[in-house]
Amino acid sequence: MIELRHVDKWYGPNFQVLKDCTTRVAKGEVVVVCGPSGSGKSTLIKCVNALEPIQGGEIILDGIKVNDPATDLPKLRSRVGMVFQHFELFPHLRIQENLCLAQEKVLGRSHDEAQAKGMKLLDRVGLKEHAGKYPAELSGGQQQRVAIARALAMDPIAMLFDEPTSALDPEMISEVLDVMVDLAGEGMTMMVVTHEMGFASKVAHRVIFMDQGEIVEDALKDDFFGKPRSDRAQKFLSKILQH
Amino acid sequence: MFSSFDFDVIRRSLPYLFYEGMTFTLTLTALSAFGGLVFGTLIALMRLSGYRLLGRVAGLYVDFMRSLPLVLVIFWFYFLVPYIGQWLTGASRPIKVGAFSSSLITFIMFEAAYFSEIMRAGIQSISRGQPAAASALGMTYSQTMRYVVLPQAFRNMLPVLLTQTIVLFQDTSLVYVLSITDFLGAASKVAQRDGRLVEMYLFAAVVYFTISCIASWSVRRLQARISIVR
Amino acid sequence: MNYNWNWGIFFQPNPMGTGTYLDMLLSGLWLTIKTALLAWIIALICGSIVGVLRTLPSKTAEWIGFLYVEFFRNMPLLVQLFLWFFVLPELLPRAIGLWLKQLPNAPFWTAAIGVGLFMSARVAVQLAAGISSLPRGQKQAATALGLTTVQTYRYVLLPMAFRIILPPLTSEFLNTVKNTAVAITIGLIELTGQARSMQEFSFQVFEAFTAATLMYLLLNLVVVTAMRFLERRVAIPGYIAGK
Repeated sequence: MIELRHVDKWYGPNFQVLKDCTTRVAKGEVVVVCGPSGSGKSTLIKCVNALEPIQGGEIILDGIKVNDPATDLPKLRSRVGMVFQHFELFPHLRIQENLCLAQEKVLGRSHDEAQAKGMKLLDRVGLKEHAGKYPAELSGGQQQRVAIARALAMDPIAMLFDEPTSALDPEMISEVLDVMVDLAGEGMTMMVVTHEMGFASKVAHRVIFMDQGEIVEDALKDDFFGKPRSDRAQKFLSKILQH
Repeated sequence: MFSSFDFDVIRRSLPYLFYEGMTFTLTLTALSAFGGLVFGTLIALMRLSGYRLLGRVAGLYVDFMRSLPLVLVIFWFYFLVPYIGQWLTGASRPIKVGAFSSSLITFIMFEAAYFSEIMRAGIQSISRGQPAAASALGMTYSQTMRYVVLPQAFRNMLPVLLTQTIVLFQDTSLVYVLSITDFLGAASKVAQRDGRLVEMYLFAAVVYFTISCIASWSVRRLQARISIVR
Repeated sequence: MNYNWNWGIFFQPNPMGTGTYLDMLLSGLWLTIKTALLAWIIALICGSIVGVLRTLPSKTAEWIGFLYVEFFRNMPLLVQLFLWFFVLPELLPRAIGLWLKQLPNAPFWTAAIGVGLFMSARVAVQLAAGISSLPRGQKQAATALGLTTVQTYRYVLLPMAFRIILPPLTSEFLNTVKNTAVAITIGLIELTGQARSMQEFSFQVFEAFTAATLMYLLLNLVVVTAMRFLERRVAIPGYIAGK
């Protein structure tokens, strides 16, 4: 489904953020990407739908090469859902308008069709009664659930999560994670950058550990938590699981 | 395309354009900027003084000046200043005021409104701890302002003040409406006399453009330097 | 002050035979409004295009935007009006130049276009600043949903950016009104011009200028009130600017 081969990325001539990253996410698989801040994990996930350009290697999404000038990027992106750390709902649009915008403008669905789909998903994340509100009137956790619904409304073949809970107050984290766990249970292909190791141990199939732009470890969940091979992953795990 | 034009007219009139015209423009700009800054700072202090009435008067003055076109203000002062002079000196008739003094007074009064807003923002940008610390050292209000607050406000706002001065430099061209020989006025007089509008106005445009570009480029560099120091 | 005040002057007929002196001033006010409105429309259109150019991820677009703004910002408005009015017709092919010079309302069109272009540079700077002040994630979120660059600007970035810069745009509009007075130099008899001719005909300098001043103040008040109303109309519930 998602395949990265020897991906290199530089910021400027001297700073390499991604070094020879190779991995793959199969259909229906949930892969958690973790690592210390600045390790390049967010950048990696943003390369998958070409929000960030890459300088070397290739990325293949559902058989289509992402880093190819001939690729219709908007079309490709519309098939992959993405959830951001800071939600990024569009503040000037009501919740239902946030859900409909891309369905209508990108997929060309009729307003009624988009509306119906949006409401269904809003109901699913438990926020149906907030459809007429503006994003700033919702809590962080509610906004993030709307953002997930917005991505799902596009009928994505895979979902990318970029630290979906790190901007949330602790009491709101679980409501978002619950939605994600459900999604995983339905067999959605997911690539999740997160520090939530509880989530990882519960639903992930594989865990990728990154440090300084490299994929240091790429292992099945039980192997990773049971006995990480590298020192760096061990150190990271002991730090993060201490509390 | 330019074959029918006579660009030699520019060379012939250069001394007149610069010795008379540009000297007037630059002197007017410099003195107005200085006077505007002094008055502007006073107005800003009045607005921030905490005395209701004083603040209101200063605020009204600023809003009033900023609502009017500069051209109208230039006309106002051109006709008003002789009467004010008469009133001040007690003379029996309106006193004659030269073109330069009249425009200088106009620009000082007009720019004071704009400079005061910049200085006000500058003063407000300084943390409240600064005047508190100065008072704690036993300084009076005026000492606090003079030695602690205003120097910092001035330095923080220097790029904005200089940018406003570039605007002022361009705005001085409006004394054209009083037929004064500033740089544009000089260019215009040559243009009319020799029937060379295209050449003279193009040249004037190039000169204003060059000076403003160099000036704003310098301000940007200064701004970059200041932000590094901080 | 030995000045003969005569406030009744406004109701005496003017020497042009177009009614009273007051009618003269009012027709000037009307011309000021017309010129300012047309100039403002031009400023908004050109300024928006250039403002967007300055924020595109293309060096060429950025350069075009930069040069445009520098060109219009580094010359006195008066000189720009002279360029459009006296110089441009001479530089164009003969036939077009002649046509331009014989346009019936040449000062009006020159003033509206000249002031409009002058102000457009300032609108562009404000808009570019407004767009850059939006969180980077907004653009990414829109892109990730599959919206094209044009759609992203149209539906996501511009609606927010314009709301944010509404207060500075109000003062730019007021500047547009004030700047139309500069066109007195190319023979546009707007409000300041009418006050000046009233002074020349009637010798009642201060009455004429007082009336013009009051009309400008009134115009300011109307614009500010209208813009406040607009600001409230488009305000987003719960959203606090700069958050």
